[in-house]
Amino acid sequence: MVPLVKRQTRKGKHPMSEQKIIEIEVLRYKPESDQAPHSEVYKVPFTDDMSVLQGVQYIKDNFDGSLTFRWSCRMAICGSCGMMINGIPKLSCESFLRDYYPNRITVEALANFPIEKDLVVDLSGFIEKLEAIQPYIIPKEPRTLEQGEYIQTPEQFSQYIQFTSCINCTLCYAACPQVGLNPDFIGPAAMALLHRYNMDSRDGGQAQRMELVASEEGVYNCSAVGYCSEVCPKHVDPGNAVNVNKINAAKDYFLRFLSPKGGAQ
Amino acid sequence: MKTRKRSNAPIFWGLFGAGGMLAALFGPMLVFITGVAIPLGLLLPAGTMSYPKMLAFAQNFIGKGFIFAVISLFLWHAAHRIFHSLHEIGIHAGFGAKLLTYGVALIGTVVSAVVLLRVGF
Ligand code: SF4
Ligand code: FES
Repeated sequence: MVPLVKRQTRKGKHPMSEQKIIEIEVLRYKPESDQAPHSEVYKVPFTDDMSVLQGVQYIKDNFDGSLTFRWSCRMAICGSCGMMINGIPKLSCESFLRDYYPNRITVEALANFPIEKDLVVDLSGFIEKLEAIQPYIIPKEPRTLEQGEYIQTPEQFSQYIQFTSCINCTLCYAACPQVGLNPDFIGPAAMALLHRYNMDSRDGGQAQRMELVASEEGVYNCSAVGYCSEVCPKHVDPGNAVNVNKINAAKDYFLRFLSPKGGAQ
Repeated sequence: MKTRKRSNAPIFWGLFGAGGMLAALFGPMLVFITGVAIPLGLLLPAGTMSYPKMLAFAQNFIGKGFIFAVISLFLWHAAHRIFHSLHEIGIHAGFGAKLLTYGVALIGTVVSAVVLLRVGF
């Protein structure tokens, strides 16, 4: 975390003379008229409490209303405002202009995704991956209402809680060189969610999910770079989920003839 | 649900992992002994790696196993790493790169096995 910079006082004698201006270079792309993306630079006046997202909103409100980007919560919880900021995948609502000033900052659409317009990327491939991992509890055996609720110990809970924190911001996909090389790779966040269900004591779907884990789109695309976990704003550590499942998939590969239940063909 | 092709990676990944573990445990020590200590006559008594001693080592069952593991698993580890590094820097030579990297490891494995068996027990 960057230490909070002391707020600029509003009581200064010449508040206007203290107005700081930062240059924001934005990657623009209009699908209906542009052949390829190009950059445009805007000079944005800002205060120390302004995030990069607010800088981009300033551009939309004051310079070009057609600038397109996603956002919602402004508090690092909805996961929709991810952008490449100076080449690093970040949530723009929790990145602050003051930390880049006086240098120019570049803001681009998340890497490794097709650009839909300006800073908005096409997430349909990611959504398909999320669906593919069967992101719901697959009960071990049928359970009736009379059996009551599942009992889960704190120990069992701690096995998967970390992997529930994902906000689907896809920063990890923008960070992953292997996703860049092979867009079919199931990728870090989807694997983290898969692992979340596999590790849940109520779930019995690990064998069903193994087909995907062990497949050519599965975990072995990963070369343990670890950048996914580094950029994750929620400390999910998706890289850990991927690598633990390499071991699971290897066990399944070598032991599948001993206990044949599911798995890829 | 669409059927997916099972990846054969666990074989190579397993060899890679085993080789990496062995390399981390013994690599630096072996480099020091064979590359520094013996040639410069440091620390170890003269003749530690003399021909008769090394032959006896290679004829011993455990010694044989150690030499075989160190040579072959190091090679598999290196092959896997080079293959993936090529991919990462944008050289997707595919089958050719596989043949070159894993092929060298396979040849090294077979040759070391044959030689170790031929020095007898
Ligand atoms: S794992 Fe982390 S970086 Fe990846 S989508 Fe989830 S919250 Fe974002
Ligand atoms: S706007 Fe919701 S995470 Fe940034």
